[in-house]
Amino acid sequence: MTKDELKESIIIALPTAVFDETGEWLNVQVEATEWKAMAQWLRNSMLQMDYLFCLTCIDWKTHLTVVYHLTSTSHRIPIVIKIKLDRQQPQVETVSDIWRTAEFHEREVFELFGVQFLHHPDLRRLILTDDFEGFPLRKDFEDPVNMVKL
Amino acid sequence: MFSLEGITKSLQDWLYLNFNPTWALVIECLIVIVLAIALFAFLGLVLVLMERKVAAHMQIRLGPNRVGPKGMFQTAADTLKLIMKEGLTPDGADKFLFNLAPFVVMIVAMLILAPIAFAKGFQIWDINIGVLYVSAISSLSVIGILMAGWASNNKYSLLGAMRSGAQIVSYELSAGISILCIVVLSGSLSINEIIASQQNGWWLFKGHIPVIIAFVIFMIAVTAETNRAPFDLAEAESELTAGFHTEYSGMKFALFFLAEYINIFIVCAIGATLFLGGWMPFHIGNWQDFNHIMDYIPSSIWFFGKTFFLIFLIMWFRWTFPRLRVDQLLNLEWKYLLPISLFNLLLVTVIAIFGWHF
Amino acid sequence: MYTETQIIKDTTQFSSNGHEGELVINVGPQHPATHGVLHLVITLNGETIKKVEPHLGYIHRSIEKMCESLTYRQFIYVTSRMDYLSAHMNNHACAMTVEKGLQIEVPPRAQYIRVIMDELTRIASHELWWGAMAMDLGAFTPFFYAFRERETINDIMEETCGARLTMNYMVPGGVMADIHPLFQQKVKDFIKLFKSKIDEYDELVTGNIIFQNRMKGVGLLSKEDAISYGCSGPVARGSGVSCDIRKLYPYEVYDKVAFDEVLENEGDSFARYMVRVREMHQSIRIIEQLIDNIPEGDFQAKTKAVLKLPKGEFYTRVETARGELGVYIVSEGGTTPYRIKFRSPGFSNLSALDHMARGSKIGDLMAMMGTLDLVIPDIDR
Repeated sequence: MTKDELKESIIIALPTAVFDETGEWLNVQVEATEWKAMAQWLRNSMLQMDYLFCLTCIDWKTHLTVVYHLTSTSHRIPIVIKIKLDRQQPQVETVSDIWRTAEFHEREVFELFGVQFLHHPDLRRLILTDDFEGFPLRKDFEDPVNMVKL
Repeated sequence: MFSLEGITKSLQDWLYLNFNPTWALVIECLIVIVLAIALFAFLGLVLVLMERKVAAHMQIRLGPNRVGPKGMFQTAADTLKLIMKEGLTPDGADKFLFNLAPFVVMIVAMLILAPIAFAKGFQIWDINIGVLYVSAISSLSVIGILMAGWASNNKYSLLGAMRSGAQIVSYELSAGISILCIVVLSGSLSINEIIASQQNGWWLFKGHIPVIIAFVIFMIAVTAETNRAPFDLAEAESELTAGFHTEYSGMKFALFFLAEYINIFIVCAIGATLFLGGWMPFHIGNWQDFNHIMDYIPSSIWFFGKTFFLIFLIMWFRWTFPRLRVDQLLNLEWKYLLPISLFNLLLVTVIAIFGWHF
Repeated sequence: MYTETQIIKDTTQFSSNGHEGELVINVGPQHPATHGVLHLVITLNGETIKKVEPHLGYIHRSIEKMCESLTYRQFIYVTSRMDYLSAHMNNHACAMTVEKGLQIEVPPRAQYIRVIMDELTRIASHELWWGAMAMDLGAFTPFFYAFRERETINDIMEETCGARLTMNYMVPGGVMADIHPLFQQKVKDFIKLFKSKIDEYDELVTGNIIFQNRMKGVGLLSKEDAISYGCSGPVARGSGVSCDIRKLYPYEVYDKVAFDEVLENEGDSFARYMVRVREMHQSIRIIEQLIDNIPEGDFQAKTKAVLKLPKGEFYTRVETARGELGVYIVSEGGTTPYRIKFRSPGFSNLSALDHMARGSKIGDLMAMMGTLDLVIPDIDR
């Protein structure tokens, strides 16, 4: 399978997806509401995207983008899924039931960026202390004591 | 020839000559107590140093070599440190039991010392059921460990104590049955008579393969009974941090530590007595000249030589094997060692009845 | 925090907040088997594990946030502190990401040196793991045997990189300095020594009956689960998942050397153990092929003093000793990354621990943690 074939099959399944091919891998913009169904399709269709190797978030100051790096252990063409989220109330469906590794990664993103993963089985803090305030990896996070500005 | 028997005898004669019998007995008791405690302290120092040196040798390193010549005073310095340390008692602990436990373990270890014959005629208490006494008392040490684990109010300690309880109770059986093999062969429970029965050869050599099997089982069982690796589940440092003595510090910890080494010494002394003839020199049948030369080596050297050889074996185990898992540990005892030793006892009995041993 | 002793007392007495017959134990953050500050809350029923809950963050330094204010030359040095046992590979991944963004061609000499260094680090890391693994199972002696050979590698590293643990040797465009004149000879000596010693390891540990009983059939991780949990490196390869980045997406000169991707299909602790032991042999094979053929030339490409990555996203994957390390840089065109994400292998591997450990004994948990080869700063970052 090639990148183009991957793109074609995604267009058929999800016509609203926005593509970006400037990078090394195929980038797909997906709406937050469509993501869960899309994820299920990616995992179970002939694409067999069974390996979620990176899940992270980027704070663009105006909005948040959750980034999923997926690949398949059979054809090994990676694909990057991006979901734009509202910065005030970031919410997206969890994919931890599809890719188990997402459980930990989503917890990490939850506490560092404040993204709510709906229907996550155990969305608790993983790294920070219980009384920690704010989302440290957001761009507007300020910590006058521990952060050194260069 | 220099003989401990002569010294004890002349001392006793002198005491009874100069004092009335009651006072003589009291003074004798005091001497025994001082000697026993001195032996304990000395053994603790020597065995810990030996363990560290053996470990270092196995692990291609030097071991302690800074305090005193070749690090000989290292353990003495460690003891000093432990004495000076504060003995903490955790807040939630049962204080009475917590403080009592190390002494229970220690007293049990001291009690077993009584019937052991260190040299010809050098024995604290020549009791006619010596072997039975030893196996009876040694099973008491588990109470101290359970007490320590329970009273600490620590989950690691509790798990360690429970493991240790299961382990000691199980392995007691195999160890007891292995001891029985020798009792059957020699026809006596008295330590002195068992040693005397090995006049013309040690049971390990006289008793054919069944006794060798009994010896191997005995060594495995006592390693487990003393909570030594590969059976150190009660301490299991990588699992339970320090097991039943997690909460102990200072001298209370040192007592556990010391008791462990004293226990090793005792079980090895018992092993040496039963299977390797105790203080009895190495004799071969009727090679009179050879036997005569062997007799020139003092009996105490024979006893300590054999004991330390067995101790070395146990240390060797510790620094070689990984630890067993708790279910594997119990499987080994109940599924393999116990049936084998029971069957083995039967064989030994047959040998003893028909007098097939040498 | 706890000023009243009463509070502490209460927590000790009622911390078994589970159901009847359950015992909740904190393994860590200070515990001999966690090799760092990992905190596991395990729920027990007797000796049987019902649940394992990792609590992280005890060594979280927020390296990702730190890197946002460091330039592309500076941030590499921070990454040595992530997975300190594969510092070279971390630096390598970062350097490669920057090179990818700037489209710098790395001179062949630097490529060879990088791969040799990577493989030496892999051996050193696996050695330490091997010793620590045996120690988790209660055998102390192997640790010293492992460190004997690891010292030799560290000495080689020290000569060339100037450091023994946090090397900071790979920089964008190549390597920081040329190799030491004695480097090749010393590496060859080491390989000779190591080949004679590695069989000793098998004698001491692998063949031991207690060890095999402790490892076989313990901590089963099926192929599907390994993929689903995002496992990589020896953990996934022990379950039969082919995931060696060196083979699948060859970087530097990995496509020019012959080596096998080590795969075991059992998925238990012993399989993971065997993968790592066999990987050491493969690393030796790679080094042997490269050490005599290091081409002459520059060890560093000509680069500008100030590096500015073009706007865009760059992702590099590198096979470290623990698995797949991903470096994801989002650049806005400045001298510092806008966002940087390190996809650490340990983090994903750890997430499978709960699944593996359920229903086994406490002793097995230590064996599993040993075979996962957890490095806590790598998990926490």
